[in-house]
Amino acid sequence: MEEVKLFGFWPSPFSLRVIWALKLKGVDYEYIEEDLPHNKSNLLLQYNPVHKKIPVLVHGGKPIAESLVILEYIDEVWPQNPLLPKDPYERSIARFWAKFIDEKSRPMWEFFQKFGEEQEEAIKNNFEILRTIEENGLGDKKFFGGDKIGLADLVFGMAIHLLAPMEEVAGVKLIKADTFPRLHAWKKNFSEQPTIKDNFPDHNKVVEFLKIRRETSRISAHPNQ
Amino acid sequence: MGEENKVVLHGMWISPYSKRVELALKFKGIPFEYVEEDLQNKSPQLLQYNPVHKKVPVLVHNGKPIAESIVILEYIDETWKNQPRFLPQDPYKRAKVRFWTSFVQQQLCESLLTVIKTDGEVQQKAFGNLFEKLEVLEEGIKEIFPDGNPCIGNYNIGLLDLVMLSMFSPNNKIQEEVFGMKIIDPEKTPLIFSWLTVLHQLPLVKESTPPDDKVVAIFKFVRENALKSSLA
Repeated sequence: MEEVKLFGFWPSPFSLRVIWALKLKGVDYEYIEEDLPHNKSNLLLQYNPVHKKIPVLVHGGKPIAESLVILEYIDEVWPQNPLLPKDPYERSIARFWAKFIDEKSRPMWEFFQKFGEEQEEAIKNNFEILRTIEENGLGDKKFFGGDKIGLADLVFGMAIHLLAPMEEVAGVKLIKADTFPRLHAWKKNFSEQPTIKDNFPDHNKVVEFLKIRRETSRISAHPNQ
Repeated sequence: MGEENKVVLHGMWISPYSKRVELALKFKGIPFEYVEEDLQNKSPQLLQYNPVHKKVPVLVHNGKPIAESIVILEYIDETWKNQPRFLPQDPYKRAKVRFWTSFVQQQLCESLLTVIKTDGEVQQKAFGNLFEKLEVLEEGIKEIFPDGNPCIGNYNIGLLDLVMLSMFSPNNKIQEEVFGMKIIDPEKTPLIFSWLTVLHQLPLVKESTPPDDKVVAIFKFVRENALKSSLA
């Protein structure tokens, strides 16, 4: 059995989705916590010279970067508890949503790092993104992957892992039972899944981390306040 | 064409995303019906098939739609398993191809589009960005071409090739006319230049490339529209 290492950062949703994939498949690995952003290890820079970012999976000494690429690799090498269905059409739907959520979730943090009118605009954008996911992506399924957690679920996991604490810090609630009933139900189902539940950063720790981030944003946006 | 395997591609002739899917189908020898979309007047089918983005390309296979060009390319390769295979068999090699495809799509294409659609200082910065990224790719693809140069005969076209060739070409004449300089410089990025030369000389690619003056006109049209709307 070749050794598996994961270079990650505890609050990062990109890092967390890889941890979930490995845990769901029962893959043993060594976790290396990177001290971001200012103190990246030499190994990380050597394994991911192009982007110099986490997560990086190293399997038998061979590095793979980019979380979605890593997830597909993991699914191919360890096929138990598959993240993607067998049927090519179903796979294309899963990949479409994984990509959509991955791309749209990045600007979703904006509401958290903005203030006043800019924040209102960002919140409006988020509503639209969430509505699209609620209506077109999830539909009536329990998970994006159907009855079991799949690729798109791992990507949307940031909704609980980061979005919920962000909502708390920013004082704004986005995913409510009345506005997004399906996503709201999804959050409950996803977070109660035993593997996910056991591999979740502490909510308060994330809130503290985000508070510092938000304060830093506020200071750089309004340096004289 | 029998109903059991009906393939329709909704595309747009100047879209590189559309082009890469068109070429993928041609390389695999898959018969398909092509529907040219007028982006100012999108067909009701397009809006129905891609309600999320309302964009081309959309592949419709036996009535089932797939959107997002790279998702479509992977779908094609998984459904029609004949040569050429767009991804290697080995998972690690597949990861490498996907990594570089993602780099080209997200970093290079973005930079190029910014260069095309902006001017002044913003464009200058985008040029810098683009050339920096091309150098990274030049270094990175050395592991894909271990013999130092892509071989000319019997080239097995893959995912990365399709994505790259639909956005970039070695045609310095066009680049100099549109941008005032070479984008793919044989002296600065010789490996990328020779790779693109091989790709663009493949008969199927050659026959689906519009003549130079049309390509120049497309760039100019896209650029003018973008600059106009940024002033509005």
